[in-house]
Amino acid sequence: MTDAIVLEGVRKRYGEKRALDGLDLVAARGTVHGVLGPNGAGKTTAVRIMATLLTADEGRVEIAGCDARRQAGEVRRRIGLLGQHAALDEELSGRQNLEMFGRLYHLGARHARVRADELLERFGLADTGRKAVKRYSGGMRRRLDLAASLITEPRVLFLDEPTTGLDPRGRAEVWEAVRSLVGGGTTVLLTTQYLEEADQLADRISLIDSGRVIAEGTADELKARLGGDRIDVVVRDGAHLVRAARLLPGHAGDVTVDADRRLASAPVSDRMEALTRVVRALQEEGIEAEDIAVRRPTLDEVFLRLTGRTEHTGADEHVKETV
Amino acid sequence: MSVTTSAGVDPGTGVGAGTAAGWAVADSWTMTRRELAHWARQPVQVFVGLAFPVMMLLMFNYLIGGGKGIAGNYVEFLVPGMFALTMVFGLDATMVAVTGDLNKGVVDRFRSMPMTNGAVLVGRSVADMLQSFASLLVMMGVGLAIGWRWHGSLAAVAGAVGLLMLLRFAMLWLGIYLAMVAGKPELVMAVQILVWPVGFLSNAFTVPQTMPDWLGAVVEWNPMSATAAAVRDLFGNDPGVPATSWAADHAALLAVLWPLALAALFAPLAIRRFTALSK
Repeated sequence: MTDAIVLEGVRKRYGEKRALDGLDLVAARGTVHGVLGPNGAGKTTAVRIMATLLTADEGRVEIAGCDARRQAGEVRRRIGLLGQHAALDEELSGRQNLEMFGRLYHLGARHARVRADELLERFGLADTGRKAVKRYSGGMRRRLDLAASLITEPRVLFLDEPTTGLDPRGRAEVWEAVRSLVGGGTTVLLTTQYLEEADQLADRISLIDSGRVIAEGTADELKARLGGDRIDVVVRDGAHLVRAARLLPGHAGDVTVDADRRLASAPVSDRMEALTRVVRALQEEGIEAEDIAVRRPTLDEVFLRLTGRTEHTGADEHVKETV
Repeated sequence: MSVTTSAGVDPGTGVGAGTAAGWAVADSWTMTRRELAHWARQPVQVFVGLAFPVMMLLMFNYLIGGGKGIAGNYVEFLVPGMFALTMVFGLDATMVAVTGDLNKGVVDRFRSMPMTNGAVLVGRSVADMLQSFASLLVMMGVGLAIGWRWHGSLAAVAGAVGLLMLLRFAMLWLGIYLAMVAGKPELVMAVQILVWPVGFLSNAFTVPQTMPDWLGAVVEWNPMSATAAAVRDLFGNDPGVPATSWAADHAALLAVLWPLALAALFAPLAIRRFTALSK
């Protein structure tokens, strides 16, 4: 058994709404698998099904070699869950929380206490004393939540948008924790809306939209699917932008323009040839460029392309248009 | 922050793995301890919870007690009724606690762990029954202080306490079920308000004979009235007004049957609702 997570044709509907519509996903043991998708794509539903909090209507769900429906108890012994909202008793202290969860994992009272102390120490919460969790900062709460999901050294750890709402320092702490866990052989399934997070942490990424996988692969593979490199031209005078865009290689439909940043961008096949041609063409037209660069596409672009949301997603809506 | 973990933590089997039944007890106790820990951390709330029915008792006795329609000793009539009312108002505490848990994500963690499924509900039950028992003792103490006395044997007193706790047990499962159906704190508010008419449409404050016939009938069939009438009888606080209906005549029987029927209906519904969280 090398695959820690196997999902096959998983469906889940709430009334009329299809939350999951035939989701397939495989994660090898000891890897980080990123599940990337917009709000409402089905990420949380998928995690809740894998963590036995929900049962799928259809399809196969196998976690750490156990069937999530028929062997839910076995699955629960082998997983840790860090949900979107802190799954802690807010009235109790950090130590009380970890001790309680330890007892419920059947570690026994003494062992639960030792384990709680260990985890508090490791997550920098040892000096929180009797303070109730509701008085913790967001980052502290997240760390305690993560500590609670690691009480039994889970084989599979589910992280549902683990860094949402955290400041950069809190985010870096969670990332570091995830990396050191995987070093110890744990399989991590991570959902996120942040492409950067998936790019940074995940060995493989499933892009999901409307309850199904629309692309799967490593970050590099996914980026390559957008047709490789792109050339970016930033013009000095915004009035020249549209003219500059027409000089870029490729079909008109592939060229994007961002008026605010005075940026035109197009896919290229041969990096060097494209660069020299564009530089020359701009000179001949007398258009002054502030910056010209050839780069890999971002996961953002991959995502927008694959979900077909180029023109109506995110904050750039009013400035991005096709020429 | 490093996350290397200690050796020797074996998921699930733990130290001296016991039987399923053994774990069920251990998990339920852990969940009960959780509630006790809440009390230890919120002494003010515990005090308010105990003081509220006492305040009601004093208010009814001294403010309204003068205008009662009861011959004889009103305190002796009122106090057992207030015991029953206190048990019914426990519904409120149960609902608030269950709704709070369900809306806070901590139940998600419990459900993703290899613990006994029902322990969350059992822990809730034990804690609420303990709270109500403490509340009942306080009420009895205050009752004695303001002139209430029991005239029956200790066995009868124990029987009365038993009937009151039985009513509370029924309210417990009704409360858990309603909290799960209502789901959100706003809806719980609505149910909380409805508890008041149920509590007041009873014989807690006066005898049904003083009410219009139709209202008296409703009041006599109220499960809370059955308990109040039955414990009055056991404490020897009977006002001596002859019963005029079957329900009033068989208060003791109804004080056993009503709570049992309610618990038998709502406990399975509540448990099914809890299990169906995964649907």
